[in-house]
Amino acid sequence: MLYTLLCYNKEDVVWSWTKEEDDAVMNRLSVVHEKLVRQGKLGPSLRLLPTTAATTLRSGMVIDGPFAETKEQLLGFYVIDVENLDAALEVAKELSAANPTSIYEVRPIALYVPEARPNAPKEMIKVY
Amino acid sequence: MSDLGWIHGAITAARPQAIGALLRYFRDMDRAEEAFQDACLRALKNWPEKGPPRDPTAWLILVGRNAALDGVRKQAKVTQLPPDDEISDLGDAETELAERLDGSHYRDDVLRLLFICCHPDLPATQQIALALRIVSGLTVPQIARAFLVGEAAMEQRITRAKARVAKAEVPFEAPGPAERAERVAAVAAMIYLLFNEGYSAGNDPKRAPLCDEAIRLARLLLRLFQTEPEIMGLTGLMLLQQARLVARFDANGEAILLDDQDRTLWDGKLISEGLALVDKAMRHNRPGPYQVQAAIAATHSRAARAADTDWAQIDHLYLALERMQPSPVVTLNRAVVVAKLRGPAAALAMIEPLENSLSGYFHYFGARGAFLLQLGRDQEARTAFDRAIALANTPAEAAHIRRHLDRLMASADGQAS
Repeated sequence: MLYTLLCYNKEDVVWSWTKEEDDAVMNRLSVVHEKLVRQGKLGPSLRLLPTTAATTLRSGMVIDGPFAETKEQLLGFYVIDVENLDAALEVAKELSAANPTSIYEVRPIALYVPEARPNAPKEMIKVY
Repeated sequence: MSDLGWIHGAITAARPQAIGALLRYFRDMDRAEEAFQDACLRALKNWPEKGPPRDPTAWLILVGRNAALDGVRKQAKVTQLPPDDEISDLGDAETELAERLDGSHYRDDVLRLLFICCHPDLPATQQIALALRIVSGLTVPQIARAFLVGEAAMEQRITRAKARVAKAEVPFEAPGPAERAERVAAVAAMIYLLFNEGYSAGNDPKRAPLCDEAIRLARLLLRLFQTEPEIMGLTGLMLLQQARLVARFDANGEAILLDDQDRTLWDGKLISEGLALVDKAMRHNRPGPYQVQAAIAATHSRAARAADTDWAQIDHLYLALERMQPSPVVTLNRAVVVAKLRGPAAALAMIEPLENSLSGYFHYFGARGAFLLQLGRDQEARTAFDRAIALANTPAEAAHIRRHLDRLMASADGQAS
């Protein structure tokens, strides 16, 4: 079963983290990521730039900013391939232990379209 | 991150909104600050035991307000402070307050707070100090260190600023559209000044955090005004400049010019965010000085090597900036671009009329010396560099010019022997 794990947090807090604080969280998360890769469970995953960099299209109108003003913003997501909801929640718990202030929403995936670009990168693209 | 780390982050993030709301309530900056401090102390005691409240900002506002009111009552010996476990469960009151805070109050509270700090009656140095103290929550010793002044002097500067703001009587009613636009512009100017304080200090570790704080305030302003292209431009500009921080200085702390920087050291995350904001701003077709400066920084960021820089585009952007904001400093910057495009003689001719207005400006003589050096007019270059050194603001600036002078001396010695 394919699940997506959506990571939410308060953007103003997360983007106020010092580089050291951010690195510490990312390092703890990468331990979990590597484990998932070894177990063959990890699909694509990504981290988003803040919602101030977002543009939204609503009824054909382009508006600046995110889709909705919320207290917690979507910061990134994973796609994982696991047996069932229990297994997905296990993964979410590990991520949550590495990044305790964030909230993880587990959502089953209804349609999954794989990467179709002929020259799609095989390696992680890190903009930082 | 530990629990305490989380609490610290939540308090810092909640601060502008909470102080802004408490200020609306008490209409007195000192009382608002005290109420917030009080609420923070209770949060530090309460949250590790009971877990974080659903909405930390609403909690801090409500507890701060109640604590301050209790303080008044206590002085009047009417009632006592309530026990802390009563405060921990705010129930419906917190929910109701949280919902109201999501509305327009939020925007106007934070904007008013920022605006009060950079009120036009205050000189720029007081504006920045006040904003760092009140909005960012830096301590007086921290701010004093960043401005290289004593703590007592900084304390006095902030007290004086508060007194002057209190006398200016900023209205607490929701501002009209014109007033709001003026406030946003004043706040943007203060944030830009704050950033420049940090940026021009170079790699001084005590002052560099000013840039991070300016970016944090700009993001805050941008979240309040998501459709203002100039705020996108300002934020983008600062992100793109800050991205080069590590590459701007060598191991000895000496400045490295843009052309000579190791571009792999530039911070890709900040550049991506900065470029995204510049792109968004351009869509509005309402250009302004911050956007143009951001576009200049973006053009540099897009060049993988110095030789790839699109100087024609940068020249075009500086011309636009000159038209919007005519100033000898902008012309001087454009001359550096002209030197790249049409050679040092054209650049020198451009800056010669500026000498009167820029006679006290380090960068004027630095650029003049560099153009003369390229033209082989060593003696005149040396005179220009001597004047630049006398006007240098930081040791890194002086050291940079000193290297030019040393090279000139060496070549003069070579010719003499």
